[in-house]
Amino acid sequence: MSDLGLSEKRSLVSVRVGDALPERALTPDNVQLFLYNAALWNAHRIHFDEPYTRNVEGYPGLVIAGPMLGDWLNQCVEEWLGDSGRLLSIEYSNRAATYIGETLTSGGTVIAVDQPSGEVQVEVFVKNAAGEVVTPGIATAVMEAE
Amino acid sequence: MTTLLSDELLANIGRQSTPQRELVTRRDIRKYAIATGNRQRKYLDGDQAPPMFHVALFWDVVELDKLTPDGVSIDSLLPKFPLERAMAGGLRIDYLKPVFPGDWLTATRTLTNIYEKHGRSGPLIFYEVDMQIVNDAGEAVIREQTTRILR
Repeated sequence: MSDLGLSEKRSLVSVRVGDALPERALTPDNVQLFLYNAALWNAHRIHFDEPYTRNVEGYPGLVIAGPMLGDWLNQCVEEWLGDSGRLLSIEYSNRAATYIGETLTSGGTVIAVDQPSGEVQVEVFVKNAAGEVVTPGIATAVMEAE
Repeated sequence: MTTLLSDELLANIGRQSTPQRELVTRRDIRKYAIATGNRQRKYLDGDQAPPMFHVALFWDVVELDKLTPDGVSIDSLLPKFPLERAMAGGLRIDYLKPVFPGDWLTATRTLTNIYEKHGRSGPLIFYEVDMQIVNDAGEAVIREQTTRILR
């Protein structure tokens, strides 16, 4: 992954309400989910024990960890900002479960720009393959004037 | 309307965890950045902690016999609620200062609210937990407010 498509410098004056953030396809697999939960010390079986997850919890497959979906919203905003801004805050909720094997998409839209303060608000999402938003969020960033 | 929330349960509002102090290391940042599929070099190299790294830093490190059979650790901050099935929740994170390897951070969690709503499918209990993360100089670094719903 050599080219992120990061802009060298995204200037505040060029940002408009309605601008779309680059979308990213996410295809988490067992290895990634395992490493994520290992990094946390999260031993919840629904993330690695497939027979338990299906037969006891009744899920159709291994469940992607909720905070990892939240992390992807943060990444979506930070990759778009590049070096020209800083993420100040984010709020999100995990609305529906997603499973190993699904292809997910992260993305977003600029919903507010305050030129004097440099604050930009972005609506972000992770969608599942059916196009349903499983993790909606709102992020606030501050961008440099030039 | 009857309430599920006894005075005894509501008395838990304001309960606070023992502050937890942890060291941020380059190695832990690298593991987190790689596992989350991060694509920014400063994070993959561990030069700076990415957003939400604090989730890994402050996840409870519990011993094996403290885990439930499904692999979950019990959150000792929470009382026993009359509803137990967890539904989706939300959170808000404020990033106040960047985090670098070598930083010592201390997190304190507070149960800030418990309330009830009556949805179409029955009663719901909401609770809110506020996590304040400060550095050794006492400066606020991250604030995380979580709302969870039980049905």
